Amino acid sequence: MNAILHDLADPNSILFMIWTTLAKSAGLLGVVLGMVSYTVYAERRVSSLMQDRLGPNRTGFPISLLGFGLKDWSPILGGLGQPIADAVKLLLKEDFTPAYVKKFYYWIAPALGIAAAIISLAVIPFGSKIGTVDMVIANIDIGPLFIFAISSLGVYGIVLAGWSANSKYPFLGAIRSTSQLISYELALGLSVVPLFLIIGKLNLVEIVHYQVQNGWMLLPGLTAGKLPTLSQVLCWIPVLISFLVFTIAMFAETNRLPFDLPEAETELVGGYHTEYSSMKFALFFLGEYTAMITGSSLIITLFLGAWHFPGIPDGSMSGWPGVLWGLVNIGVFFTKVFAFLIFFIFIRWTLPRFRYDQLMKLGWIWLFEIALVNIFLTALIVAFVH
Amino acid sequence: MSPILFWIFAALMLGFGAATLVNRNPVASALSLVVSLLGLSALFFSLDAYFIGVIQILVYAGAVMVLFLFIIMLLDLKAEQRRQISLPVLLGGVAVTALFVTQIALVVRTFQVGNKPFPSLAAKFDDASNIGNMLFSHYNLPFQVIGVLILVASIGVVVLSKRELN
Repeated sequence: MNAILHDLADPNSILFMIWTTLAKSAGLLGVVLGMVSYTVYAERRVSSLMQDRLGPNRTGFPISLLGFGLKDWSPILGGLGQPIADAVKLLLKEDFTPAYVKKFYYWIAPALGIAAAIISLAVIPFGSKIGTVDMVIANIDIGPLFIFAISSLGVYGIVLAGWSANSKYPFLGAIRSTSQLISYELALGLSVVPLFLIIGKLNLVEIVHYQVQNGWMLLPGLTAGKLPTLSQVLCWIPVLISFLVFTIAMFAETNRLPFDLPEAETELVGGYHTEYSSMKFALFFLGEYTAMITGSSLIITLFLGAWHFPGIPDGSMSGWPGVLWGLVNIGVFFTKVFAFLIFFIFIRWTLPRFRYDQLMKLGWIWLFEIALVNIFLTALIVAFVH
Repeated sequence: MSPILFWIFAALMLGFGAATLVNRNPVASALSLVVSLLGLSALFFSLDAYFIGVIQILVYAGAVMVLFLFIIMLLDLKAEQRRQISLPVLLGGVAVTALFVTQIALVVRTFQVGNKPFPSLAAKFDDASNIGNMLFSHYNLPFQVIGVLILVASIGVVVLSKRELN
C-alpha cells in the first residue's frame, strides 16, 4: 500500500504518469465541454445585442429553492441556466430514426464527428506546468500536423451523415462541406509553414517556449520586455500574412459564417444533419463548437503566446506558488481562447454568406497562392537575415 | 510499446484489410480500408516514427480515401453488390496469395540481419528534421524529379478533364 502511495507521488513512475494524464484529460474535457455550452449561450446573447434584442435571459438557477430570499436573481443570473436546460431538453427529446436511412452509418456518423474534434485537444499546451507536470496531455514532436491529420478525419462524420440520410438536401450539404474542407485544408496547412521556418520546431510546447523568450509571434516587441531584433521585425510581415490566411481558413474549416455553406438554411434546410434529431443532432453541434475551440486554441498557441502573459511567471517552481501560477497560466490561456471565440461570434453576425463559387475561388486562387508566396518570402528572410 | 498493443493494432489492420476484400458494399469496403490505414499509422507511431505515421493519416486516410468514398457515393454502385463470385477468379486469387506468402516466408527465414535486435534509439529523436535533412541533401535529385513528375500528372489531369480542347 505504502509502495503504491509512494509511486503515485514519484514523478518518474509510470503510475504517476497515468494518473496525471487521466486527471488532465478529464479536466480539459470538462472545461472544454462546459465552454462549448456557454459559447452557444454567448453566441445567442451577443447576436441579440447586435440586433437590438434581448436573447435568452429568463432561465436562471432556482436559488429560491435553497432558501435565499431573492427571486432567482434573474437580473444577474437570468439566462445562465439556459445551456443546462437545453442539454436536458436535447437528452430527453425523442430520438427519431427515419425508416429510409442506412442505419449503421447513420449511427456512427455523429460519433465520428465529435471524436475527431475532441482528440485534437490532446496535443494543445493549455498551461505551463504545475510543479513538474507539463500541462499538455500528449507532448509529441509533430503537434500541428497531428491536429491537421485528426481534423481531416472529421470529414468522415459529415460525409457519412449526408450519405446515410438517403435524401437530397443532406447529401448536397455533405458534398459542399467535404469539398470546402478539402480545399481549405491546403491553405490551412501551408499558411503555418513560415512559422515553423522561423522557429525551427514542430513541437507545440517548444513553440510556446520560443514565444516566451522572444515575444509572441504576432506582437514580438510588446511582449518580450525588450526591443525586437532586425530579423524579428522582418519576420513579422510573413507572420502577419500567415496569421490572416490561417484565421480565414480556420473559419472555413469550422463551417462558420461567412463560410457556412454546408448548412445554409435557406438553401439546404439544415445541411448534412437535416435528418438527425435529439442527442445525435446535439453531438454534431457539440463537435462543431469543440472544433471552434480547438481552432482558437491552435491560433493562440501558434501566434499569441498560448498561456504566456508579460509579467506572469510560469508554474515550474516547487510548492504552492508553482500550483498557483500554473493555474493562473491555465486561466490566461482560456481567457485568450474565450476572447477569440467572441471574435468568431462577432464575425458571424457581421458578414453575409459567400456564394459557393466565391468560396472556391477564395480558397484555391487567393489563400492557397498567398500561402505559397509567403513561404518563399519567409525562406528568403530566414536565409539572409535570421 | 508493449507487444500487446502491437498485436491489437496488427489484428485490427489485418481484420479490416480482409473486410475490405470481403465486403460486397463498396462504401463498407472503403471505410474498412480507412480503419486498416489507421492501424498501420498506429504501428508507425509505436516505432517512434511519428512523422510518417501522421503523414499516413493526413494523406491516405484524410485525403485520398475521402475522395474515393466521395466518388463511390456519387456513382451509387449497385452492380458491385449483385456480382457473384466466380470459381476460377477465386482460385486464381488464392494461388497468387499463397505464392506471395510462401515467398515472404522464405525470404524472412533466410534473411539473417532481420533476426538481430536493433540498437534502441536516443531518448529524444526528432524524426521530422531527420527525414527533411535526408530528403533535401542525400536524396535531393530523386525528390525533385518526383516533384516534376507529380506536377506533370496534375497538369495532365486538368487537361484531360476539360471537355473541349481549344
